[in-house]
Amino acid sequence: MAVPRQSAPRQPATPAEPVVALRGAAVRVGGRTLWSGVDLTVGAGEFVAVLGPNGVGKSTLIKTLLGVQAADGEVRVLGRAPGRAGERVGYLPQRRSFDPSLRMRGIDVVGLGWDGNRWGVPLPWRPGRAAARRRIDEVIELVGATRYAHRPIGQCSGGEQQRLLIAQALVRRPDLLLLDEPLDSLDLPNQAAVAALIGRVCREAGVTVVMVAHDVNPILSRLDRVVYLAEGGAVVGSPSEVITSETLSRLYDTAVEVLHTSDGRLVVVGQPEAPARHTDRHPGRQGGAA
Amino acid sequence: MITLLQLADAATGWSWNPAEDLRQMWAFPFMVNAFRAGTIVAVTAGVMGWFMVLRRQSFAGHTLATVGFPGASGAVLVGVSATYGYFAFCVAAALVIAAVPRGGRDGGVQESALTGTIQAFLLACGFLFTALYKGLLGGTTSLLFGSFLGITTTQVWVLLAVAVVVLGALAAIGRPLLFASVDPDVAAARGVPVQLLSTAFLVLLGAAAAGTSQITGTLLVFALLVMPAATAQSLTARPGLGLALSAAVAVAVTWLGLTVAYFTPYPIGFWVTTFAFGCHVLARLGAFAAGRLQARSAAPLTAGGAA
Repeated sequence: MAVPRQSAPRQPATPAEPVVALRGAAVRVGGRTLWSGVDLTVGAGEFVAVLGPNGVGKSTLIKTLLGVQAADGEVRVLGRAPGRAGERVGYLPQRRSFDPSLRMRGIDVVGLGWDGNRWGVPLPWRPGRAAARRRIDEVIELVGATRYAHRPIGQCSGGEQQRLLIAQALVRRPDLLLLDEPLDSLDLPNQAAVAALIGRVCREAGVTVVMVAHDVNPILSRLDRVVYLAEGGAVVGSPSEVITSETLSRLYDTAVEVLHTSDGRLVVVGQPEAPARHTDRHPGRQGGAA
Repeated sequence: MITLLQLADAATGWSWNPAEDLRQMWAFPFMVNAFRAGTIVAVTAGVMGWFMVLRRQSFAGHTLATVGFPGASGAVLVGVSATYGYFAFCVAAALVIAAVPRGGRDGGVQESALTGTIQAFLLACGFLFTALYKGLLGGTTSLLFGSFLGITTTQVWVLLAVAVVVLGALAAIGRPLLFASVDPDVAAARGVPVQLLSTAFLVLLGAAAAGTSQITGTLLVFALLVMPAATAQSLTARPGLGLALSAAVAVAVTWLGLTVAYFTPYPIGFWVTTFAFGCHVLARLGAFAAGRLQARSAAPLTAGGAA
């Protein structure tokens, strides 16, 4: 359990109720078990990274928590079955960028996060409209996207789009933020900035963050815990417990070495690639530093 | 010279007195019906087209409209009003396109190949039906390229009823549909039934395409279904304003097209399409010019800010 953090102003998750609870969870896709025996309890305000080689089912774990992917074992999100927590869960999918010709302003995309799932016509004079506007402006300000929120989102850079999408995920003040490789395809300064933003949201608003990452280094200093998925199993613990030569060697059943650079970054050497039949899902990307 | 021409063409000539000309044109019940039907169809097409362009489903829209041709000619062949043929075939085709399973990322390509195949076959069927019908079928040309003659009051009522249903349904599902169109993964995670909305949209699009076909013909539906929407989207990225603008452009080009077609010997399909095309070109040029102007005025501003 992480150090207690200041909880969100409204409906804070009670200390007794974990935000995410997995017990003996397993996922089978197309008759193949991706991972099994995953036990994980995430408390309010924790920052958890999901790591592992390509094709091991990191995104599937996020989809399980969203209730989009069925799982065996016990899965509870905010004390309910996955997919039942509605707007209390914010989601940022693994992203291709928006089509440059998409004629939708960033602010409208954020607005869809506010009430895009409601039926009926959004009348300009309906009650709550002013509050919605204020919240949308506030969250855009929070992610630092005010300058380009009125531009068509397709014309924004990758980093700008990612900030707007984080605003969309945050606009409903979720208790849990599920992020699927939010730093992927961003350049290094933007990686650092977006990682800092997510860390700040987690710390200041008490939002629990579960984030799939390819490279742990940009978020290493902010992490409370790491879930390391490998073929068939998983290890959960603090980064210093999990990302070690011993643990990873045991997990992969082969010699893996974790090196510490002088600036505190971790480099995993000799990490076995996922079996070839999975790597075709992410052409051009090889499992680098974990 | 003008006076001579006017005298020669006294029946429907443009008298340079707009009020008198409109009065004369609307004295004919068929022209009044044409304006009623055109307005109903234009509003529906403008609104539905905006979603279609946003969802990049123009090809599906074109296919649905094309399918209306065998529907209409088949209906005439068996002795039913072409209106019902249009609607029956277009909505059925929408359900078929929606039912075709598409797998994974390559689904889009597979879908377009299949859709294209069926589209060509049905177009050929329509041609066969018109050949089998040896009577005075208002002409293959008017089915394909549009006509405003002979729109009955019953037809206007049918179009109105369909438009009310289509726009009503769209008003109900519009916001989740927008969410699902822009951001399907997040929408699905928030409980929006993305697949169901996609099917519902195709059915509504089928109905809109069937209605539009009756004014512009099956091959020129894009004049009202794509051009006003694309024009609106090149002018504004605001959803509400874009929808209103799209409908307004569609109505404007329809009225203009009907009026000019009445006073000239050239067909309605040509005029509506030409005016819509003109609007689109103007909007593109305007957006381009505005972009250049903005870039020019923004450049010294940022330089000043940095200094």
